[in-house]
Amino acid sequence: MPTDGRYDYALREPRLPRPVDTTLAGAAIDLDTRLGMYQRLHELRQFEKRAYDLFLQNLVKGTSHLSLGMEAIATGFGAAMRPDDYTFATYRGHAHALARGMDMGQAMAELLGRENGVLGGKGGSMHLTDVSKGMMGSYAIIGAHLCVANGAAWSAQMRKSGQVAVAFFGDGTTNIGAFHEALNLAAIWKLPVVFVCENNLYMEYTPIDVVTAVGNPAAGRASAYGLEPVLVDGNDPDAVFLAARTALARARAGDGPSLIEAVTYRSGGHSRADPGKYRPEREVSAWAGRDPIPMYHQRLLGLGTPEARLSAIERQVADAVDTATEFAKAGREPGEGSLHTEVYADGGSKWRN
Amino acid sequence: MAELTYREAVAWGIAQEMRRDPNLVMLGEDIAAAGGVFKTTVGLLDEFGPERVRDTPISEQAIVGAAMGAAMTGIPVIAEIMFSDFLAVCWDMIANEIAKSRYMTDGQVSFPLVIRTANGGGVRFGAQHSQSVENWAMMIPGLKVVAPSTPIDVIGLMAASIRDPDPVVFFEHKSLMATKAEIPDGEIIDQLGQARIVRDGSDVTIAALALMVPRALEAAAALEADGISAEVIDLRSLVPLDTNTLLESVQKTGRFFTVEENPRLCGWGAELASIVSEESFWALDGPVIRITTPHIPLPAAAALEDMALPSVDRIYETIVKSFDAR
Ligand SMILES: Cc1ncc(C[n+]2csc(CCOP(=O)(O)OP(=O)(O)O)c2C)c(N)n1
Ligand SMILES: [Mg+2]
Repeated sequence: MPTDGRYDYALREPRLPRPVDTTLAGAAIDLDTRLGMYQRLHELRQFEKRAYDLFLQNLVKGTSHLSLGMEAIATGFGAAMRPDDYTFATYRGHAHALARGMDMGQAMAELLGRENGVLGGKGGSMHLTDVSKGMMGSYAIIGAHLCVANGAAWSAQMRKSGQVAVAFFGDGTTNIGAFHEALNLAAIWKLPVVFVCENNLYMEYTPIDVVTAVGNPAAGRASAYGLEPVLVDGNDPDAVFLAARTALARARAGDGPSLIEAVTYRSGGHSRADPGKYRPEREVSAWAGRDPIPMYHQRLLGLGTPEARLSAIERQVADAVDTATEFAKAGREPGEGSLHTEVYADGGSKWRN
Repeated sequence: MAELTYREAVAWGIAQEMRRDPNLVMLGEDIAAAGGVFKTTVGLLDEFGPERVRDTPISEQAIVGAAMGAAMTGIPVIAEIMFSDFLAVCWDMIANEIAKSRYMTDGQVSFPLVIRTANGGGVRFGAQHSQSVENWAMMIPGLKVVAPSTPIDVIGLMAASIRDPDPVVFFEHKSLMATKAEIPDGEIIDQLGQARIVRDGSDVTIAALALMVPRALEAAAALEADGISAEVIDLRSLVPLDTNTLLESVQKTGRFFTVEENPRLCGWGAELASIVSEESFWALDGPVIRITTPHIPLPAAAALEDMALPSVDRIYETIVKSFDAR
């Protein structure tokens, strides 16, 4: 291995988090919204920790991509979006599904491949979808859903519904052609769409800066599409919420798309089997110290919320995750019947007479 | 002798060729420092350095386009597309540009390149990361299509694909990655377009590819107990296709089955069925029967995926039933 630090990625200069912006405590966000976000952060965290445990017990098969450490982004957007807005997520989509209100039990059952899963076991971890909640899907092939989100936004524009489509994607996704095509089209058609880059500094195992021409993979490209570069602290739910509120309002007002780069870090590996060893230790530990949950806990205490209120929320979420787990485990394995359903709109898979 | 897994054989085969040809380069996502997401390129960066083993952005069109441009100007290239499902993202490059340019230019340009990709199901990755798409490549004139089922074939066919002056799409099967075999010392070089009879038999011919080869072999062993002697052919490459081995076998057995992981419609077996019925019709003692994944996208849940892919039981039962039906 050439160890000039460029090719042994673990030896590179770590990319450390910015300090918390303490002035955000004074932002105009009401307490109910904040407590709601606190609960959401815990739901996403505890749900995914449980999913990981179930994976270790070999109950979750296949692959899964967790948002542990990154929950503030889904949380902030979830709180700012209108119930009829559209979410388009990636394979790293559990958090976004839950943040739009997907039932935890059905989500967990889907990860377990059970009949009572939200997709009956057909989709799995990478494809969580709940159209009734505006969760328009989790897309596992990089780039596609940015273009699809444009279509949903176009539809909202034509229907004058006031809905906004929000597409979440990673830093690595900014290097595929679809990203650039989507941004340009959204800009020229002034679509009500918000593109949210969750910049966790890595694609799978490759640091994003090694393969990207600009330092900020999303914000650094905004000017090419006539957009303002927007960089936010992706580990601060308040920062994300404010950026989301602004971008959603802009879209609803007919002023067109926004591109937001939310800088964050995944506390674990890319997918379930990855220990994430290509990351400098100092980087991993520095980001662990910037975990959104303890930070937000502190902020709420500082704003005068009693500890008892916060711990009650945590316990309530823990119970809900237990209930969801029981629901999922009680589900049956899907049977042959469903294997052949819903290939075509007649409900089946028949292609000949 | 060394014992290698299928995944290790990939790097082994590439290394053998990179040592032989100092011009040979490779590129792809997470292939260098990380050694590939399937760990199929471990050690190559160490040995050949970052100029020849390159990590790329997530830019499939750029990857395959660069491979094309380098190959047409004298640098042989191995490009990795992480999952074969993603071939769709750069299909213009492959199907319209690379496959057709030799023909359109009346032979002025040549594409000594290999597009390696992880193919197939069995790992519960769901509809967008599990497909068997060798038939996509097979239907494009100008492409060669290879899909090994054993570590030794990985090395030998990799070498043959790299040395081949035509573009080759090389399918590595995800569910075979951990399989092992003893690898003989010295250079291993095979030939494209030669099927292998992996089991001799006299009553039925079963043609299979990649993961379906071990399943067909297991089914053949079960059939033996029922007094049905099955010949199993590992096709190894779909283009060029070894029709001689196929037709000779059918001449002998009179019954022909394909075991295909792809969904039913236009799977590679349809082409084989057509060839066999056209060219060996009078040797057939029964209908040609294709055993495939149903015509559905692949489900993620283990229970569902296992029902979808052709299993040893399904192969066995289909063949037994075809005798009962007489
Ligand atoms: C077109 C395509 N190429 C490659 C992949 C394989 N792949 C899955 S996730 C991933 C990394 C994506 O990185 P990023 O966009 O930063 O998102 P993150 O996983 O970090 O959230 C890659 C390369 C894919 N799914 N689709
Ligand atoms: Mg990333």
